[in-house]
Amino acid sequence: MPTAGRRACWATTPTPEASASVTWFLDNLSYIRGLAWRHLWLSVLPVALGFVIAVPIGWYAARSRRIGGALLTIGSLVYTIPSLPLLVIIPGLLGTSFLDPTNVVLVLTIYAVAVMLRSAADGFASVPRAVVDAARASGYARWQQVLLVELPLAGPVLLAGVRVVSVSTVSLVTIAPLIGVANLGSLFTDGFQRYFTTEIIIGVLCVVVLALVLDLLWVLIGRLAMPWLRVSTR
Amino acid sequence: MSVFSQAMSWLSDGAHWQGDDGFPHRIAQHVGYTALTVAIATAIAVPLGLWIGHTGRLRGLAVAVTGALRALPTLGLLTLMVLWRGIGLTPPTIALVVLAIPPLLAGAYAGLESVDRATVDAARAIGMTEWQVLGRVEIPLAMPLILGGIRSAVLQVVATATIAAYIGLGGLGRYLIDGLAVRDYPQMLAGSLVIVVLALVLDGCFAVLQRVLSPQR
Amino acid sequence: MIEYRSAAKTFADGTEAVREFSLTLPSRSTTVLVGSSGCGKTTLLRMVNRMVDPTGGQVLIDDVDVASRNPVELRRSIGYVMQHSGLLPHRKVVDNVATPLLLGGVRRREARTRALAALETVGLDLALADRYPSQLSGGQQQRVGVARGLVADPNILLMDEPFGAVDPIVRDELQQELLRLQRELGKTIVFVTHDIEEAFRLGDRVAILEKGGKTAQVGSPAQILAAPANDFVRSFVGLDRGRRTLRVAEIGGQRVVVDADGRPAGVLGDDSHAGSVG
Repeated sequence: MPTAGRRACWATTPTPEASASVTWFLDNLSYIRGLAWRHLWLSVLPVALGFVIAVPIGWYAARSRRIGGALLTIGSLVYTIPSLPLLVIIPGLLGTSFLDPTNVVLVLTIYAVAVMLRSAADGFASVPRAVVDAARASGYARWQQVLLVELPLAGPVLLAGVRVVSVSTVSLVTIAPLIGVANLGSLFTDGFQRYFTTEIIIGVLCVVVLALVLDLLWVLIGRLAMPWLRVSTR
Repeated sequence: MSVFSQAMSWLSDGAHWQGDDGFPHRIAQHVGYTALTVAIATAIAVPLGLWIGHTGRLRGLAVAVTGALRALPTLGLLTLMVLWRGIGLTPPTIALVVLAIPPLLAGAYAGLESVDRATVDAARAIGMTEWQVLGRVEIPLAMPLILGGIRSAVLQVVATATIAAYIGLGGLGRYLIDGLAVRDYPQMLAGSLVIVVLALVLDGCFAVLQRVLSPQR
Repeated sequence: MIEYRSAAKTFADGTEAVREFSLTLPSRSTTVLVGSSGCGKTTLLRMVNRMVDPTGGQVLIDDVDVASRNPVELRRSIGYVMQHSGLLPHRKVVDNVATPLLLGGVRRREARTRALAALETVGLDLALADRYPSQLSGGQQQRVGVARGLVADPNILLMDEPFGAVDPIVRDELQQELLRLQRELGKTIVFVTHDIEEAFRLGDRVAILEKGGKTAQVGSPAQILAAPANDFVRSFVGLDRGRRTLRVAEIGGQRVVVDADGRPAGVLGDDSHAGSVG
């Protein structure tokens, strides 16, 4: 589904037979860059929101066995719902317009929370009781225990969860063009309609590269946030 | 919520339950694609995963490949396959199989890794052959995770088969894609709801299966 | 009879677990290999049933090199008991014990009967036979492990720190059970432990090992206590501390045996209870 903006970017339409892939890529660099930027936002927002929402819930789930079990079951149930149908159902539920990117961000955030909930619960459950006890005995207040002890120690598992969610979110965003929200996935729909294989391949490469770049970003943030993990123990 | 009641009336319309475009046929197609894909992917991925888990070799490679395949965008792979290999059942099936391999592979080798090494060692020590150790000890104890992998794969294929309607495949995704083409939102919504119900039912079946087939530990 | 002839083991990562070990273990007696962790005792034990293959030297059972025997068939003819029982968690207790027999081709019904007999021999309540291992206590699980090791009536029983993971009271019971079993059955037992007390209690012969499988001293418990070969042995068996040097003291009219620090170790029994000292 070509958007108006796209047609404006293209002065001439290169024919598939005539252009080599690299030439095509360079010719349409600004177009692709625009798509990539949108894709980035559509990916990062759900991951960040998902993290912020899932961590407190996961913390709670790790403490209370019954409620935690129920929450995790709901989470895995939500994750069972296929992506495209959910993207169709949500606008109907909320009454938002179909082409609104908010739908995509919302649905992807829901998935991110569902996946991260498990990581968060596991992460907080992995914090040794003895350490939290020691903190309490040293005089840490409740909120200090959670923020300064439990959260950092759950960090590695949380980070692993973020990285998994990030990869799958970047991949899921490519579906959005089917309901009219442009991003790197548009290269697939467009390439398909025009029998232009090169465009699709470039699209796949861009998506994979974007996923890798984001992954590196999370790892970097993790390194900065958890410097004690980098020290090698003898 | 008038759009939902519209969808409901679309669903209850008898005409939509007959013929090639009717629900029974589409559901059957969708389940058929899922079964075929999961069967092929299982035949490829599970023995491989069991071998990796049992011998411990190539694990790093397996993890890397699983991660890479998971990062591949569904739509990209589907469109690419069709443009390369043409219309028909084979190209989308190849794409669906490739995308279903990661959870199956991971389920198999993670399942074997979850078995206590001491138990495996004891089994060898009392004189079981390698095949006996695999078949009588490792696989039964790894069943929950192996089944979990199959369960994930089934749900994954249900989702990707829906998307495959875009490249011309049948199944329940047709309601979404065809409905989109004519802006028939009730049709899209009706189709979506049926897919969601199908996914939940299949997931429930597997939950029961996992409970039944898991060994008492 | 088991014989180690200059047996050596260097693992793939370069660790030299056993440098050169030679020892003859007489049949129908208990030989204990004792030492701290890393001395190679478990490695030496596992050479007998080819769970580990020596990189140098030989291990012989009744003058036949184990390397010439098929490992699977060899293991089916030797009983093996490990720490944490190594029971299959998804099989009932009786099925666990019957497994060596089933692997050897014995029919199901006969295997079950013999398994139940083995469980009785180790003193396990037969009501537990149809339970799963996770439903038994640690001590009970270990008894099942021993039953499994004995069910095929092997000549050789290998035991790798089998009582290490249970509490002291249960450990004491299990040790007594083993002594009783050995009196009844007379197997060739190779027992590995890091606990010198256990070694002295169970072993007809004790081999004290240093790092790399180096033999510090081999002999009966009494021989070792009476004539320790070197300072390492002296220190390992505790002769250098006051605990093992005992004398009789008169306390409140009772003859109490005390150690060098004056701490009580026991009372002097009358001579009618004295057994022979090997």
